[in-house]
Amino acid sequence: MDVSIVVNGKQVTRDIEPRQLLVHFIRETPGLTGTHWGCDTSNCGACVVLMDGAPVKSCTILAAMCEGHEIRTVESLERDGRLDPVQQGFHERHALQCGFCTPGMLMTARALLDENPDPTDEEIRIAISGAICRCTGYKNIVSAVRWAAEHEAAAKHGDGLRQEV
Amino acid sequence: MQTPAPFDYERATSVEEAIASLQRLGPEARVIAGGHSLLPMMKLRLAHPEYLVDINDLAELAYIAEDGDEIVIGALTRHVELLKSELLAERLPIFRDAEQVIADPVVRNRGTIGGSLCQADAAEDLSAVCTALKAKVVIRGAEGERTVGIEDFHVGPYMTAVRDGELLTEVRIPVRPGAGSAHEKVERRAGDWAIAAASAAIWVDGGKIADAGIGLAAVGPTTVHLARAEEVLRGKAPSEDLFAEAGVVATEDCSPSADGRGPVDYKRHLAGVLTTRALRRAAARALHQEA
Repeated sequence: MDVSIVVNGKQVTRDIEPRQLLVHFIRETPGLTGTHWGCDTSNCGACVVLMDGAPVKSCTILAAMCEGHEIRTVESLERDGRLDPVQQGFHERHALQCGFCTPGMLMTARALLDENPDPTDEEIRIAISGAICRCTGYKNIVSAVRWAAEHEAAAKHGDGLRQEV
Repeated sequence: MQTPAPFDYERATSVEEAIASLQRLGPEARVIAGGHSLLPMMKLRLAHPEYLVDINDLAELAYIAEDGDEIVIGALTRHVELLKSELLAERLPIFRDAEQVIADPVVRNRGTIGGSLCQADAAEDLSAVCTALKAKVVIRGAEGERTVGIEDFHVGPYMTAVRDGELLTEVRIPVRPGAGSAHEKVERRAGDWAIAAASAAIWVDGGKIADAGIGLAAVGPTTVHLARAEEVLRGKAPSEDLFAEAGVVATEDCSPSADGRGPVDYKRHLAGVLTTRALRRAAARALHQEA
C-alpha cells in the first residue's frame, strides 16, 4: 500500500507492507537513521519521535497509521547549523556516553519543554521515565534538560543562547 | 527484528464504517487504536489477525463528559487525557491515581481506555478502576447498541463480551453523592505492570457506607471483583478496623499465581494491604479529609 507521511516537513511516500513499523519507515528514508531502533517492545524509548508534536514510540506504531500525520525526528532539531537547546544541553552536561538512547531522550525532552518550559527535576524524571539509559544514571540527562530550559528562557528574554561550543 | 506477520489494513472514518468493516471481515479482524498491547502481541505471534481496522481517526469516540447522573468516556480517549482531565480529578480521582502509574508518559499518549478494557489483561489497572466504580460499557454492532455491566464484560483472560463485528464505544460511570475513590499499585519499576493493584470506591450517606466497590488487578486470571469485601463494608461507618477487615477478605478472595513479579503469599499480602490503603484514601476523599 502507498503510505504518505510528512517527516521533518517533507512528504515521504512509499509503497510498503501494512505491517511496516514507523521506526523502519523512518530509518529506510535516506538520511534519517538518527531514530534508533532498540527494544522493539515499547520499553526503552530509543525510537521516540514526535507525532503531531507528542512523543510516541515508533516501534509500536504502524507506518500506515501515520498517513496524514506529521512526524519529527532527531534530525529536525538542528537548524541552520545551530543545535537545539536540548542538544546543546546534552553537550554541556555530558548527558550521553554510548549515545544509543540519545535520539529518544532528545525528542522526549523537546516535547516536555514545548509543553512545560520550566520543569522541575521531578517532572523531567517523570517525562523520561519511558526511556532507558544504561550509561549515565540519568543525573546528567536531567541536568541537561534543565540547562536547555534555563537557556531557552534566557533566550526569550533577549539574553541570547550562549554558544559554548 | 520483530515484525508482525502479514495482514491487511483498513482505516475507518466513522463508527458505522468500522462496524461494517468488522462485520464484513469476520472473526479474523481486530480493531487497532493505540496498539500498545496488540502490536507487541502480534510481533510475538500471540495474536495473528488477518485484518486490522484502524479506528484512530474516530474523533467522535474521544471525550470525557457529564451526561445526567453519569460521567461518560469515549472508548478512544487516551490515557493522557484521562490523566489531565480536571472533571475526572474532581469527581473520580481514582482515574488520576491510576493514570500516573499506567505505563509511561510516552505510551500514555497512544493507549486508550477502550483498548485497555478490551485487552482484558488481568494486570491492567483501568479494568480494576471500572470494576470499583461499577461502570457500564456500551457496545455497538450492526443491530444497534447494548449496555453491559463491567462484571459481565470480562468473561475470561483476554476475553470480553464484545462479539465479532462489534465495537466498544463508551464507558459510563454512575455518579452518586458521597463518593470517594482511589487506586493503589505496587510495581517493580516505573511503568511496569502491577505486582498487585487495588481500586476502591465508597459512597457515604449519613456517616455510613451506603455502597462500596473494590477491584483488584494482577492477582487472578481476570480482574478480581471483591463482592464479599463490599458486603462487609455496606451499612457500617468508615473506620480503620473496617478497612483492615476488608483487606483480610481481599487476601482470601484473590487467586494470584507465582511469577517473576513475586510468589503467591507476597501477592496475597499486597492485595490486602493495597485494598486497605485504597479504602482509607477513598474514605478520606468521600469525607473531604484527605491529607
